[in-house]
Amino acid sequence: MEWWMLIASVATLALALGLLYRPVGDYMAWVFTTRKNWKVERGIYKVIGVDPSKEQSWQVYLRSVLYFSVVGVLLLFLLQRTQQWLPYSLGNENIDSGVAFNTAISFVTNTNWQAYSGEDLSYTVQFAGLAVQNFVSAATGIAVAVALVRGFAYRRSGTIGNFWVDLVRGTFRILLPLSIVGAIVLIAGGVVQNFNGYVDVTTITGGTQTIPGGPVASQEVIKELGTNGGGFYNANASHPFENPTGWISLFQCFLILLIPFSLPRTFGKMVGDNRQGYAILAAMGTLYLASVAALAAFEFAGDGTAPQLAGAAMEGKEARFGLAQSVIYAGTTTLTSTGSVNSMHDSYTALGGMMPMVNMLLGEIAPGGVGAGLYGMLIIAVIAVFVAGLLVGRTPEYLGKKIGPREMKLASLYILVMPLLVLGGVALSFAIPALRDSIVNESLTNTGSHGLSEVIYAFASGANNNGSAFAGLTASTPWLTAAIGVAMLFGRFISIALVLALAGSLAAQDKIPATAGTLPTHRPLFVGLTVGTAVLVTALVFFPVLTLGPLAEGLL
Amino acid sequence: MSTLTHTPVPEAPKSSAPARRKTLTWAQIQAALPGALRKLDPRAQWRNPVMFIVWVGAALTTLLAVVEPFLGGPAESGGTSVPWSFTWIIAVWLWLTVLFANLAESIAEGRGKAQADTLRKTRTSTTAHRVVSYHPGTDPAAEQTPAADVSSADLRLGDIVVVSAGELIPGDGDIVWGIASVDESAITGESAPVVRESGGDRSAVTGGTRVLSDRIVVRITSKPGETFVDRMIALVEGAARQRTPNEIALNILLASLSIVFVVVALTLNPIASYPASPASITVLVALLVCLIPTTIGALLSAIGIAGMDRLVQRNVLAMSGRAVEAAGDVTTLLLDKTGTITYGNRRATAFVRLDGVRERELIEAAALSSLADPTPEGKSIVDLAHVEGVDAEAAGNGEIVPFTAQTRMSGLDMPDGSQIRKGAGSAITAWLEEDGTRLPSSVLAELDEHVEHISSSGGTPLVVAVKTGTGQRRVLGVVHLKDIVKEGLTARFAELRAMGIRTVMVTGDNPLTAAAIAKEAGVDDFLAEATPEQKLAYIRKEQEGGSLVAMTGDGTNDAPALAQADVGVAMNTGTSAAKEAGNMVDLDSDPTKLIDIVAIGKQLLITRGALTTFSIANDIAKYFAIIPAIFMGVFPGLSVLNVMGLHSPASAVLSAVIFNAIVIVFLVPLALRGVKYRPMNASKILGRNLAVYGLGGIITPFIGIWLIDLLVRLIPGF
Repeated sequence: MEWWMLIASVATLALALGLLYRPVGDYMAWVFTTRKNWKVERGIYKVIGVDPSKEQSWQVYLRSVLYFSVVGVLLLFLLQRTQQWLPYSLGNENIDSGVAFNTAISFVTNTNWQAYSGEDLSYTVQFAGLAVQNFVSAATGIAVAVALVRGFAYRRSGTIGNFWVDLVRGTFRILLPLSIVGAIVLIAGGVVQNFNGYVDVTTITGGTQTIPGGPVASQEVIKELGTNGGGFYNANASHPFENPTGWISLFQCFLILLIPFSLPRTFGKMVGDNRQGYAILAAMGTLYLASVAALAAFEFAGDGTAPQLAGAAMEGKEARFGLAQSVIYAGTTTLTSTGSVNSMHDSYTALGGMMPMVNMLLGEIAPGGVGAGLYGMLIIAVIAVFVAGLLVGRTPEYLGKKIGPREMKLASLYILVMPLLVLGGVALSFAIPALRDSIVNESLTNTGSHGLSEVIYAFASGANNNGSAFAGLTASTPWLTAAIGVAMLFGRFISIALVLALAGSLAAQDKIPATAGTLPTHRPLFVGLTVGTAVLVTALVFFPVLTLGPLAEGLL
Repeated sequence: MSTLTHTPVPEAPKSSAPARRKTLTWAQIQAALPGALRKLDPRAQWRNPVMFIVWVGAALTTLLAVVEPFLGGPAESGGTSVPWSFTWIIAVWLWLTVLFANLAESIAEGRGKAQADTLRKTRTSTTAHRVVSYHPGTDPAAEQTPAADVSSADLRLGDIVVVSAGELIPGDGDIVWGIASVDESAITGESAPVVRESGGDRSAVTGGTRVLSDRIVVRITSKPGETFVDRMIALVEGAARQRTPNEIALNILLASLSIVFVVVALTLNPIASYPASPASITVLVALLVCLIPTTIGALLSAIGIAGMDRLVQRNVLAMSGRAVEAAGDVTTLLLDKTGTITYGNRRATAFVRLDGVRERELIEAAALSSLADPTPEGKSIVDLAHVEGVDAEAAGNGEIVPFTAQTRMSGLDMPDGSQIRKGAGSAITAWLEEDGTRLPSSVLAELDEHVEHISSSGGTPLVVAVKTGTGQRRVLGVVHLKDIVKEGLTARFAELRAMGIRTVMVTGDNPLTAAAIAKEAGVDDFLAEATPEQKLAYIRKEQEGGSLVAMTGDGTNDAPALAQADVGVAMNTGTSAAKEAGNMVDLDSDPTKLIDIVAIGKQLLITRGALTTFSIANDIAKYFAIIPAIFMGVFPGLSVLNVMGLHSPASAVLSAVIFNAIVIVFLVPLALRGVKYRPMNASKILGRNLAVYGLGGIITPFIGIWLIDLLVRLIPGF
């Protein structure tokens, strides 16, 4: 029964995404290649003093990304620290500086790790701060991915596009229109959208209840579409005002997956070979299906004492929509960098709970965050191409670009960043006595393997800019706020710097024409190799810690 | 009219395959052992990050083994106790791992050393007769000017020396005067002497070779210590080995994998300390060494040296490893028609008579006029006539008219006053119409038809005509001269095409002829009426499109193109300028070898890729051996992961370490010999190699570690 529900839901998702793959992908390719600027856009360029026809070198592009993000962090920080004096404060106090800082980083890095509770923020902060970052942090991710794609598409070029143009177009031509359509659907489906604030009502039994309102649907749509994940309410998508019905739950998964799964088409279109897009799509799709299937298998089997007694692993699940919707949502949100949840991953069976963790530790590439997923997968493809290229006796090349020492250096460093942050963060948490005290006594309520899993999950979520949490962990301690803040920051921007450097290095190269001796990168064999590389790299790095965490717990 | 279509069967091309020799012998291993031990010096390991980590691990474990008894015996690891001998045995096997890697490199170097020693013998200093003041204008042979005897080591660039029969040539140079036969066996291994002469494409001589006859004047073109032989020695010994771009890129990947695993090993204990108990340092070192890609790390330099060595075995000297790698990437091959695609000379394949001429008459005339013709074309006419049953031997004692560029024909003036001529159609008609009378138009039309027919099929028409003593003029017919495409080349080109390599034929012929031969040989493109400038331009154009171009050349005017090409193979018979410009020299001067060079380049990369894949794939099994072993004491449930059923945690860890070490030994022959390369398209090669080295790399260690564990469990305490 649950399996049929799962299969039907996944098939529906696949059908919808499949139908939109070409139009949305082609549209995005057009957005990032057309020379024409809209009037609104020209106005913006004039205000910020940017010449939209002038492309940037990778260094300038990177600098623009960093400037923009630093300004974003500062603005968001200030908004939170002054919210009580701003309109629609709802009586909320200013946010504590540590939490405000963590939140600012969290939203600018597209992580949306929520050290705060959604209800503590004023509508102004939610709307002018978080919602804006939901748009522009997503647009930044897409921009960086497009810059890397240009690296493959351009030949002998010193530039990789203009960040400001990519940012503005990504926001105004892609995220905004899709959001409007999405929000209408959400409102039609019952998601609330108002400025009512808190309303006290008397319930049928005579008690009083405070009902929160707010501009939820507009926030919700970009939360999913931009793979952000920061919920309007603390309960995120398990709150009925955010996620009222089963089909809205599935529609939210669709919104999450729409852009990440369509970007391969944009990639294929821009490099002039749609088959390359299909190959990347196939690699992402394979990993997605395998992961969701594994998660479902673990959860449906429901190993463990409590689930066996209850008849199903229902603890922490979305009881309204059933196991299948929880499983799809959990898989979708951690395979992208979304991090919104409609069930509590912490309460999954030990092995089931490992899957969201593995999804993130894969580097969130199947299909990954908006933009981030594509560039993550392309880096894996570059590594796969390198090994495969040697195996066929040619200097490895991908889309006509040689993968030489410089490219390998950047790709290898990219692969190093996330494991270093996760393993380093977890190890420090237990190695230094003071930190260990804080973790064991303040943050953890569980002990042993499950406690460890919660810490691993937190760092995996931060370093991969996911934002979801194994809820048992109290993350508002100084150590975790700081460490996860650093993990989010480095996980996002070191990766982006490496990707842009790679884009610059590729764009400068000429294109080598493909011959029969060239390794074809659109065949199933190569797709398999890419998937294998992704899995192998993750497995080799994280097998020991996963053994100590979820495997030790699950294989009792 | 009859057309005889017999084609003389040309002899098969000389095989350039090296004599098969055993990849690995005991003698080689013994000879390599001292070198391998010397390389245990950490300074020698520093260049190779992967093996350096193993070295540090081995040293650390040894230290632990020594101090352990004083600290209360071997610690328990991850909640299980280990036998007292555990640390010692692990330490020994880690040292063996380093030693095996060193041994692989030493063996590879040793193979080159033997060659280097032979070469070095030719370098012994000889006496050179240096001409004190050379005047090329007045005394080109340097017969009047005195010569001073100096040691060959004292020769400088530009010095002029005289070398007579029986003497060794004191240094690399170009002949400026004279012609001599030279024994170059010291360099090429070929015992037949070669002719070297001034001015032209065979003017280069190599120091250490011996002049067999005559006397030559040589201008020295290299400084002592930088001669061709010196470079060869450095190359085959691997001393001049520089890392190639691909090798560097691979090293980066291996280094970053190593860094990740160092982090995994370093962070494991702090993390394990929370839910479980920490592993001992020995076990962590063992885990680390098993995870980092030691197999490829150990064999990487051996693969590189062996790759160069394979070229040397084929008598090709690459001036850099970069060139060998580039050869594997080549997408366009420029091949000279003459000597590479076709046999050096055209051959007569048919006699085509005109109407009203007896066939025998044509053949006789053609054969007679060719009797004294020393060119291979001329000989081939006599041969063909012989096959047709016409023996021209008996006839000829007339006056030979040699070929000149002006007349463009040759022939024979018979004692009876009749004249036979053969040559280009226009030249012959001009000769026949000397007296102003035109030939009948029907004859001219028929002749034109034959000439046109032969030309368009890629052949060269040679018109045969006769004037009798009485002034009677007759056109007898046309000899069909044809370029013979070497046997098996068409198949070879098809193979190359499957590998994604375009072949381009370069020829001085006119486009019509070139097109016909190109079609017959099956090349993808041709460059007709090629001048050195055009060749250069063609290479540039190809490179502009992103292609990598390889070519062979020998003449001085080839030098710019050789330098421009990504892989320029100079013929050893060529000029020093050509050798200087190219990045490889073929000692056999066999242009067809370019195809072998490409294969060797590819093989080098594939071998690296195969062992890298194998090495990384091995990690899966090692994890399944070691990780459950470390933590089974605390989490008995993890025994599910012990799929190999290894006996105890200690035996599991040791078995993995032993497997990790001896797999290096087992793969040394593969590293030296190279992975078998079959020309096919990239997709097929990838599928095959992934199956063998990827899948094989996953499965092999499961079996290997399981087998080793069966033995290890016999050690007391394990």
